[in-house]
This record gives sequence, C-alpha cells and structure tokens, in this order.
Amino acid sequence: MKLQRHGAIACLALTAVLGLSACGSDNNEPAGASASGSTAAVDCGKGTLNAQGSSAQKNAMAEWIKAYQQKCAGTTINYEPSGSGAGIQAFIAGTADFAGSDSALKPEEQPQADAKCAGGQALNLPMVIGPVAVVYNVSGADNLQFSPATLAKIFAGKVTKWDDPAIKADNPDAKLPSAAIQAVHRSDESGTTDNFTKYLAKTAGSDWTFENSKAWKAPGGVGAAKSDGVASKVKSTDGTISYVEWSYAENSGLKMAKVKNGAGEFTELTAESAGKTIAGATFEGQGNDLKMSIDYNTKEAGAYPIVLATYEIVCSKGLAADKLPLVKGLLGHAASAEGQQELVELGYAPLPDEVRTKVEAAVKSLS
Amino acid sequence: MGDTPQRSAHAGTGGTPVATSHERPAGASARVAERSGNPGRPDGGLGGGGGLPRARAFGAERAFRGLTLAAGSTVLIVIAAIAIFLIAKAVPALRANTESFWTFEGWFPNDNPPKFGIGALAFGTVLSSLLALLVAVPVALGIALYLSHYAPRRLGNSLGFLIDLLAAVPSVVFGLWGRDYFAGPVADLSAWLNKYFGWIPIFGEGPYGSSILLGSVVLAIMVLPIVTSLSREVFRQTPTANEEAALALGATRWEMIRTAVLPYGRPGVIAAVMLGLGRALGETIALALTLGSTYAISFNILEAGGNSIAANIANRFGEANDTGRGALIASGLVLFAITLIVNITARAIIYRRREFTESAA
Repeated sequence: MKLQRHGAIACLALTAVLGLSACGSDNNEPAGASASGSTAAVDCGKGTLNAQGSSAQKNAMAEWIKAYQQKCAGTTINYEPSGSGAGIQAFIAGTADFAGSDSALKPEEQPQADAKCAGGQALNLPMVIGPVAVVYNVSGADNLQFSPATLAKIFAGKVTKWDDPAIKADNPDAKLPSAAIQAVHRSDESGTTDNFTKYLAKTAGSDWTFENSKAWKAPGGVGAAKSDGVASKVKSTDGTISYVEWSYAENSGLKMAKVKNGAGEFTELTAESAGKTIAGATFEGQGNDLKMSIDYNTKEAGAYPIVLATYEIVCSKGLAADKLPLVKGLLGHAASAEGQQELVELGYAPLPDEVRTKVEAAVKSLS
Repeated sequence: MGDTPQRSAHAGTGGTPVATSHERPAGASARVAERSGNPGRPDGGLGGGGGLPRARAFGAERAFRGLTLAAGSTVLIVIAAIAIFLIAKAVPALRANTESFWTFEGWFPNDNPPKFGIGALAFGTVLSSLLALLVAVPVALGIALYLSHYAPRRLGNSLGFLIDLLAAVPSVVFGLWGRDYFAGPVADLSAWLNKYFGWIPIFGEGPYGSSILLGSVVLAIMVLPIVTSLSREVFRQTPTANEEAALALGATRWEMIRTAVLPYGRPGVIAAVMLGLGRALGETIALALTLGSTYAISFNILEAGGNSIAANIANRFGEANDTGRGALIASGLVLFAITLIVNITARAIIYRRREFTESAA
C-alpha cells in the first residue's frame, strides 16, 4: 500500500520536476541508464554491505539501494532502520559498515567511532534532508501561518483556543473558531520530535521551556503512535495541530502551515525552501567532516526553518578492501545530483548544490 | 481398597477445568499426597485390593502420570523464569531512576539522569479495564441469557457463532478502527456527556477524542466475546430440573432465570468476567492506538489522554536504551503483579461462591 502511495506521489513529482509527460510503472530505468552513462566511475564492488541506523532515512536508503543494485548486480546491501542510537552503537561495535543517524556524532562518541577507522576518522556526512511540516485541521480555516512563539505556546499548552489573540495576530484574515486546540505529539520517541522541540527551544526559548528530546516533554496534549498515527489523527479530528515528516503530510493530504523564519517571512514548505535553510547552515567539522549546525532562526529569504538533517557516519580511512567500493558506490550515488533528486518523490528535500558537492567530494576521498 | 477410589476421584477433579475444581485445599493436598505416596506404592500395593498389582504392571499409567506432572510443572517453571528475567532486568533501571517509581508522572528513562514513574500508567491500566468491564459485562450477560434461554435455537446458534467470530478479529484491527473511525462518534458522545452530565467529575472538559472512554469502549468490544461465550455455556448447563421446578412453582421466565439460572451460573460468570479483565489488563496495541498517551493521573475519562502499562511498552520500546528497556520491563513486572492480584481475588471469590451455590443447589 505504501509502495502504491509512493508510486502515485512519485508520478506526480516526476511529472512536475522532470517535466515528463507520462511515467511508466518503473521510474528508475531511464534515470539509472542516464546515470551510468554520465558517471562512468560508479564503484561496483562485490559482496555484502551492512548498515543500520536512523529510521527517518529508511525510505531514502531503500531507494538508493535499489538504484545502486540496478547498476551493480551481485551486491547485497542491508540497511536496518534500528534507530540512530542503535546504528551508532553498531558502528562502534563494528557490526555496521556505516551508520545512519539523525544527529552527528556526539563529542563522547567521536573517539570511539574514530577508533574503528584505522588511520582515519569517522566522518559525518549530511545526506538526507527531511523537512518537518506543521499540519493542522481546523474547520473553516485555511492557509494558517504561525510564528515560532505561537507554535511554542500552542504545544506547551499555553494557548488552548483557536481564536486566541496570539494565533489571530499571526493570521489576521483567517476565520478562526472558538474551539479547543488539540496539540498532537508523537507518543513514541522520535527524531522528528527531537528536531521539532530543538526548533522550538532555539527560536522561542521563552515560551518553550522544555529541553529538546526524542520523548515529548511538555505536559498535556494528545499522543499518537508513529508518524502514521499523527497524520491519521490530524486528518480525522477537527481542531488538531501537529508536526510530521513532510512525506506523511503530503500522502495524507493534510493542510500545512506556513512558518515564520528569522527574516520575518511566513514561508511555505517546499523542497526549495527547506534546501535554503540547509544551504545557510554552517559546517562545524574539520575537512571532510561535514557536521552541520542548522540555524533555525535563518535570515535567508524564503527559507523554511524546520528541517532535519540526517547523516551517514562512515570511516574516512581504514575500510576493508572489499567494502570500500560498495560504500563509495552507494554513498556516491546518494550524494549525486540524480540520487538527491530521487528523494523529492519520497518527501525529502534534496541537498542544496553547494552542500551536495562537498558531500560528493568527501565520499570520493574515502579510502 | 480404600486407596483406589480416592485416587480416581482426584484424577477426575484434576482433569476438569480450573474453574470447576472442587474443595481446593483437600484436592491440592490429596494430589501432593498422591505424588509423595507414589514411590511407596509397591509396599502399599501389598496391603491394597486385588486390582492394584495389575495397575503397577501397566507402564503406560506411570508414563502418563509423568507426562502430566511434567506438563504441570512446566507452567511453574515458565512463570518462575519470567519473574526472574523481569526482576533481573528491572532492578538496574529502578536503581538508576532518580524520581519516585510510584508517584512520578512521566516516562523519560532514556534521559540522563533517567526519570520515570509507574503511577499514571498503572492507574490508566486499571481504570480503562474496569470501565471496559462496566460496559461489556451487562451487555455480554444479556446476550448470553438471550442466546441460552430466549432465542430460537437456530437464531441462537448463528448469533453465538457471530459473537465467537468477534473474538478472532486481531486487536490491531480494533485499534485502527477505534483510532480512525470510532474516535469521531466518541468525541461527539463526550461533548454530549459533558454538556448534560458535566457536574459529575468524570465527565470533564475536552479536548475529546483519544480518551480513556474511547479506549475502554474499544476494550469492551474486545472483551465482549470472551465473557459472552463463557457465560452462555454456563447458563446452558443449568440443570433442567432446577429450571422446570421453578416454572412448575409458577415462576415467569424472568423469575426462573433469577432464581435458578443466575445463582447456578454465578461462579462461572465471575470466572468469565475475570478472564475478560485479564485480557483487558494485558491489551496492548488497541490501547496504544486509541489512548492519548499522556502521563497524568486524571479521573476525567472524556479528556484526550490516558495511558496503560502495556500500551506504553508498545510505544516506547522501539527507541529505548538499556535503562529504557529495564524501565519498561519494570512496568511489565507491575502489570504481572496486578494480574496476579486480580487472579487470586477471582479464585477466592469463585471458591467462596461455589460452596454457597453447591449447598443451595
């Protein structure tokens, strides 16, 4: 069912993005063919690659693995979406060849991970950008927009009615009912919650007094299990507001709010506007370590501020000789313009070019 | 000679379902005595009746006794193993907990320092299960009585079949149905209850929807088939003599049910309700999908929120670290204890009621 849904979105996105007039049942054939023509230097290794980590990039990884395996037959690549923490642990323990993670390695994890890379270090490579949509379902109200302070007040339970002055101030023209707000959050722990609360803490610290964490810390509200549960709850219940990965918001046809960025503009969530925030991020790492610091208060015009950057954590040196071509091949495809474009269909935003070229160069330098 | 009839009598009681076991202490001690008397049987056989030596030669008898003994002790071993596993995993997490395990309202065992408390979860578990029974039991007894005493035979059979079918629906389906379709009507009902019965504290302010009420009603539907089919069987077994005696004395059908069927069936009904309660307490995914997953103790059953131990485990184990898993296991231990208490209470009630009804009947 998911595949079909994705397929439908894929058709729409491909039509829009590539200007194709029609698309067949297998979209990857033309893309794969053109890629193997342009990038002749695809590393086709043999054997098995085991990776695990973030479930936020599960769909992206599945797409890349499929595309890579079409180019290079005879390879087996496993990506287990076991969670970021488990992925990093597996990388440190040596059971994962690379790890996917919702956050870069923490300072205390870095030396442990470096120890696995003989003569090199563990690199954080931003690879998948997952924008987080603010979704709502209010009968009679459309095109709502929120400033960070209003969002923080709603989710902290300080604003409880839809016709509250704070919401009215953000939406002077909207017809807001005097109904109670149901602020829906994830009842399971999730990188989306972590990222969303980080955004609230950074942009509206005075209204959001809870630290960021994967578990929802604010009192009250309504929990729903998994992204699918959140999307379904918002879709079926009047008076709800929540946050969810972009792909789920699109697939469920939810109304997405515009969010005010640091420049004071209310911005709609698009692949382009999310990419602008990433383009404005600063790199904290040295050399090829591309650990990013996202500025949630970005002053970049037209940037959508709530984005989640997920990383691949991989050794710069010291990979086993049989694994190296596989890692370089797969991640090289992922960091290519074509690999990133595949993601748009799945509800991720592609890396902006200036970041992507750095990631691509970093992948090429793996040895 | 005195040995043989006693043994066969107890073999009979041991074989019948737990709910109908007679004279608990006597039966239990007799079974123990029988087991301990086993090796001494050859000696006793000399003084016994003529049938005994032949029985000793019959090896299958012993083999079967050994098999049933092994099956019986498996239960004990499994329960002991589960308890040991739970305790061993839970203790380190409980030590690491920096808040009171019993009173803290929240579940953040993955944080540093870990903080988690069982109070709100245990409260939600018990509250949702009791509410579910409150809704389900009257309906279930009504259905059971209709099927056993009022419905035409053919209709009764097919209706009973449908009820049993309800038991075969996976709980995740009930959960999804509750979450996606039933939440709306329940929210409307909640608003109505609050409007007209808002003066009762349990019918408080909204937001409505994913509330204890929704979870309980979904649970009630899941519990219904168990309670119904067991009670129906019990009611059917009412001795015809009792029923006809009541009718012969001029009782109407309702009076006959009240004087003959219900007293006879009471222990069975209590057993059925307790089985239903057991299912409700342990129900996981349906509640994980329908409850609002907040960590607060509130008697307002209409407000979105509420949580249960099993639902919390389902929601939180995916991203749990070592302490997180230990904390969830500790919560499992509490559920284990709650279930144990419920079962012991049920046994006690059944035992007491049984003596009463047997002397009455």
